[in-house]
Amino acid sequence: MNLARLHWPERIVAGDVVKVRLLVQHAMDTGYLQDLLGKMVPRNVIRLLTCKLGTREVLRVEPSSGIAANPLFEFFVRATETAEMHVEWVDDRGRRGEYKQTMAVLPAPPR
Amino acid sequence: MKAWRLAALMCLALHSAWAQPTPPTRALPLSQLQSGLYFSGKDVQALQADAFANPAQLWLSLGDTLWRQASDGNDKSTSCFSCHGEANQSMKGVATRYPAVDTRSGRLMNVEDRINQCTTQHQKRPALQPDSDALLGLTLLVAQASKGMPLQVNINGTAKPHWQKGAALFNQRQGQLNLSCAQCHDQNYGQRLYVDPLSQGQPNGYPVYRLEWQKLGSLERRLRSCYSGIRAELPPWGATEMRQLALYLMWRGEGLPVEVPAVRK
Amino acid sequence: MESGQLQTLAQMVEPITQGAKLLQQDVTITAPVLADNGSLVPLGVQVQSPMTAQDHVTHVYLLSQRNPVTRMAVFHMGPWNGRAEINTRVRLAGTQAVVALARLSNGEFRYELMDIIVTESACVDAS
Repeated sequence: MNLARLHWPERIVAGDVVKVRLLVQHAMDTGYLQDLLGKMVPRNVIRLLTCKLGTREVLRVEPSSGIAANPLFEFFVRATETAEMHVEWVDDRGRRGEYKQTMAVLPAPPR
Repeated sequence: MKAWRLAALMCLALHSAWAQPTPPTRALPLSQLQSGLYFSGKDVQALQADAFANPAQLWLSLGDTLWRQASDGNDKSTSCFSCHGEANQSMKGVATRYPAVDTRSGRLMNVEDRINQCTTQHQKRPALQPDSDALLGLTLLVAQASKGMPLQVNINGTAKPHWQKGAALFNQRQGQLNLSCAQCHDQNYGQRLYVDPLSQGQPNGYPVYRLEWQKLGSLERRLRSCYSGIRAELPPWGATEMRQLALYLMWRGEGLPVEVPAVRK
Repeated sequence: MESGQLQTLAQMVEPITQGAKLLQQDVTITAPVLADNGSLVPLGVQVQSPMTAQDHVTHVYLLSQRNPVTRMAVFHMGPWNGRAEINTRVRLAGTQAVVALARLSNGEFRYELMDIIVTESACVDAS
């Protein structure tokens, strides 16, 4: 069960450089810790995460065990038109997750 | 009029055979109560305040989804929503008054137990596992309905013997380190244990996202961690002792606002 | 676990820069000087760059001095980002320096270094 949350400002006008916040639920098990019975919990972290806005890939992250559990990624993107932000990720075990949210962009005011 | 008054007084006197004539004395006066947030570092405080980046929000979303989900897959009339409607309305105040004694079974229950009672008896499903994501999400959702409301448990009547047991546990030295809760959290809060300032051990932020656990956890889990910290034998999950201790803690923290979703070290 | 050995700056960045021009400028790290807990340390990196097609940041590397895995994360960027700034939360296995290394579109590198104190949690929790 992998949840994600995406957030950006409510009012976006074409041309704005927008701050995108992404929170993904993932334990990011390092492989160095033991469970309560003393057994090593095997490493399983998100190894690749991509964000596509429309057809263009706007972020690619390769995290490792050094990224905290339930990772937060904040980045910027130049808004041009209303498009869908499609987040996809895959972890060491090959499990894939995805999340989609449409970014509404108002057209730039005429000059 | 006079006879009525006399009769009423006599009734009260008989009733107070269980309740104490004066409320029990507090080692920690109400005016000095401070939430764990006060003892937390700046980054933890900032994380709790951040409505988006707070990792506990993920469990809140999960709880909301489960609340509306039909428990048997298709029949929507078996969801929590079908009986209780919107959680933030029907569950208002619930988190402030648990643990409480269930009138039907006579058991002392915390919110998690109460949720499982609904799951097993009304939804006819197996109980949710302790500290499973599902149970944590629902407990957090219920807690959110009481956000900002003051803790207010009832320690009278059938709850009294449980409260007394909880008070005894709190003040009793335990474990290989032979420490009582009171020694650290009543007498030395604010002082540093290694580099961490000791908090008062208040329960108003639970279930909490603890950085140490890197996930959300219940009050019962935290109390078991405390036992582990003083090298005492861990009671099993579901132990009445833990609920009695929780009841005492809720009384001890009376008036503190419910913080949700809370983050702690 | 081979962590604990403090790497030098050269050991941390050379495998990535491989001799390319490296300057300690234009990069700002935002992180606490004293981390509340090593499991979750907020870390922000901002690189001064016009982010145009001709001049932009292509990669930002977050490097740890003593974690078992040096490369904590790699961010791929481009002019479409508009701003070379990222924020995330890292794990730090003890007090150490973190290095934010940025690769520019012309093949050069810029970096910044910051010392972060991480203390041992008082009650080491087994549950």
